Amino acid sequence: MAQILAVLEQRQGTLRKVSLEVLAAARTLADQLGGGATVDGLVFGTGAVEGTAALGKAGADRVLLAAHPDFGLYNPDGFAATTASIGGSYAVIVFPATASGRDLAPRVAAKLGVACATDVTEVGVEGGKVSAVRPVYAGKALQRVVLGGAPAVLSIRPNTFAVAQAADRADAATAALDVPSFTQRVTVKEVKAPAQSTLDVAEASIIVSGGRGLKEPGNFKLIEELAAAFGTAAVGASRAVVDAGWREHAAQVGQTGKTVAPSLYVAVGISGAIQHLAGMRTSKVIVAINKDKDAPIFKVADYGIVGDLFEIVPRLTEEIKKIRAEH
Amino acid sequence: MRIAVCLKRVPDTTTKIVIGSDGKSIDENGVKFVANPYDEYAIEAALALKEKAGAGETVVYSLGTDAAQETMRTALAMGIDRAVLLQGGGSPDGLEVAKALAAELKSGGFDLILFGKMAVDDYNHQVGVMTAELLELPCISAISHLAIEGGTVTAEREVEGGVEVVTCALPAVLTTDKGINTPRLPSLKGIMAAKKKPFELKPVTLGAGGLTVTGLTLPPERKAGRIVGEGPDAVSTLVQLLRNEAKVI
Ligand SMILES: Cc1cc2nc3c(=O)[nH]c(=O)nc-3n(C[C@H](O)[C@H](O)[C@H](O)COP(=O)(O)OP(=O)(O)OC[C@H]3O[C@@H](n4cnc5c(N)ncnc54)[C@H](O)[C@@H]3O)c2cc1C
Ligand SMILES: Nc1ncnc2c1ncn2[C@@H]1O[C@H](COP(=O)(O)O)[C@@H](O)[C@H]1O
Repeated sequence: MAQILAVLEQRQGTLRKVSLEVLAAARTLADQLGGGATVDGLVFGTGAVEGTAALGKAGADRVLLAAHPDFGLYNPDGFAATTASIGGSYAVIVFPATASGRDLAPRVAAKLGVACATDVTEVGVEGGKVSAVRPVYAGKALQRVVLGGAPAVLSIRPNTFAVAQAADRADAATAALDVPSFTQRVTVKEVKAPAQSTLDVAEASIIVSGGRGLKEPGNFKLIEELAAAFGTAAVGASRAVVDAGWREHAAQVGQTGKTVAPSLYVAVGISGAIQHLAGMRTSKVIVAINKDKDAPIFKVADYGIVGDLFEIVPRLTEEIKKIRAEH
Repeated sequence: MRIAVCLKRVPDTTTKIVIGSDGKSIDENGVKFVANPYDEYAIEAALALKEKAGAGETVVYSLGTDAAQETMRTALAMGIDRAVLLQGGGSPDGLEVAKALAAELKSGGFDLILFGKMAVDDYNHQVGVMTAELLELPCISAISHLAIEGGTVTAEREVEGGVEVVTCALPAVLTTDKGINTPRLPSLKGIMAAKKKPFELKPVTLGAGGLTVTGLTLPPERKAGRIVGEGPDAVSTLVQLLRNEAKVI
């Protein structure tokens, strides 16, 4: 019977949403592999983690808790050693392609001597082997790959796999997993909060991004106000304004910034250069506001308004506030 | 300070992708190739560290076809001391690439081995980390800030909603993200000097690997969007569409 290991992520004792997405991808593979394949969720922490029982509904059959006093923050060597210690008995290991998952997945794959398909947006089974689709060349092409190794190691792109909530599935039982002895060569000392923007673009379901069309850094206030009007939206930026020092690099969307896939992406005063599109073209709905009707951003936008952002954005902020107050 | 930098030759990021006749790779006809942008940050970091230390050697390694020589010359022109090309076809399996690089780097006696965080062609995001595992060296990936003091590396890496501060001891493997520095442009003097720098060619054979590419396709076109209108008067229509048609607010 095939077993699938879903490597989950928690922060300060709370599971992150991407963990549910990893379980959804793992469950899809379990169902396609058939033969009663099961899914184990692996969680690292210093002690118990909230809400692990409810992971059953999201696709886990069992939750393994690897507790260690040094697992409060990401611990590359410890997490990799622990995952690799049990990884060999699984048919598939699924990671999130997050900042830590992108670091951890190749470590584990190398320890197990198998290939790793990173940042995948679709998973499946072909001729009994795990297959995946991954955006390559800045999202300008989709590569289909088949993993021959055992285990097959994958990392999934956040915000891509729909979270499952199967009411009929049982709660997941939690079992303690022994952490093997490991040499800690790398230490995460702390996680500093960024100076700007509270919500990360990689996590947000609505993003409002600004570009050079805003003319000067102070005008980003318009973008912040529109983001606030949506409720919980993140503020993004084009590289032009990040390089000019108006916004932090953490906010940059695009090929040398973050790849995002929110349900709504609003591009304000952004021309839509190919490198910017690389980071946001898989957004579910794209809105563009630009004074140039020929700007390339309109080619990917579901809805566009041609005109002066300084007139349009304040009006949009008002109308969004109004409609949100009504409903 | 002895520093190695691993460099990949990749299509320029503005390349229009045309699928090749095998249906699994791109048509390279007319494609302009450049140094992977993330590797340029690694080159700059290596040069700055050597300059600060006042002594040492920087070496650029690449695994690829002979065409990679041209890209490696750019690294030499920027100031890297010598180049080693591992002549081989490459592999979609990052572990096979990492094995070839690790075998070569193992005996190099490097204090630091630098990689880009990812190659902009395959988006694999793995070769640096895997090489570190194979060499059993500490590794900090995707760093946007670097300080080295008395044999200790302190680096910062961007994570969701924050910045991690991470430390390890030398020798180490680091992979670089944007933000760490601004790569210098090769000077005319540098370009001339590069022609005389040592350049080694070593054939390598890669293993078959565990990852097979079965297809490459263009992404589905986004369905044609529409211009809702012009100027602020179009805002009400937009909001109605977002609410009733797209259902995102
Ligand atoms: C290797 C490489 C990597 C890169 N990576 C990235 C990346 O990750 N992310 C990224 O974004 N870019 C990236 N770039 C840069 C990219 O090519 C563009 O230069 C950049 O995206 C442009 O930013 P922008 O749209 O803000 O500015 P511009 O291209 O200058 O566009 C400004 C837009 O604002 C509009 N505008 C001006 N005034 C108004 C107004 N009053 N009302 C409405 N609209 C107005 C204009 O019509 C124009 O379309 C990269 C480039 C390279 C070479
Ligand atoms: N063929 C190669 N030759 C030299 N270095 C490489 C090669 N492929 C990848 N790398 C290095 O590994 C990094 C990550 O690449 P990747 O894992 O393919 O995204 C790159 O930024 C390079 O520094």
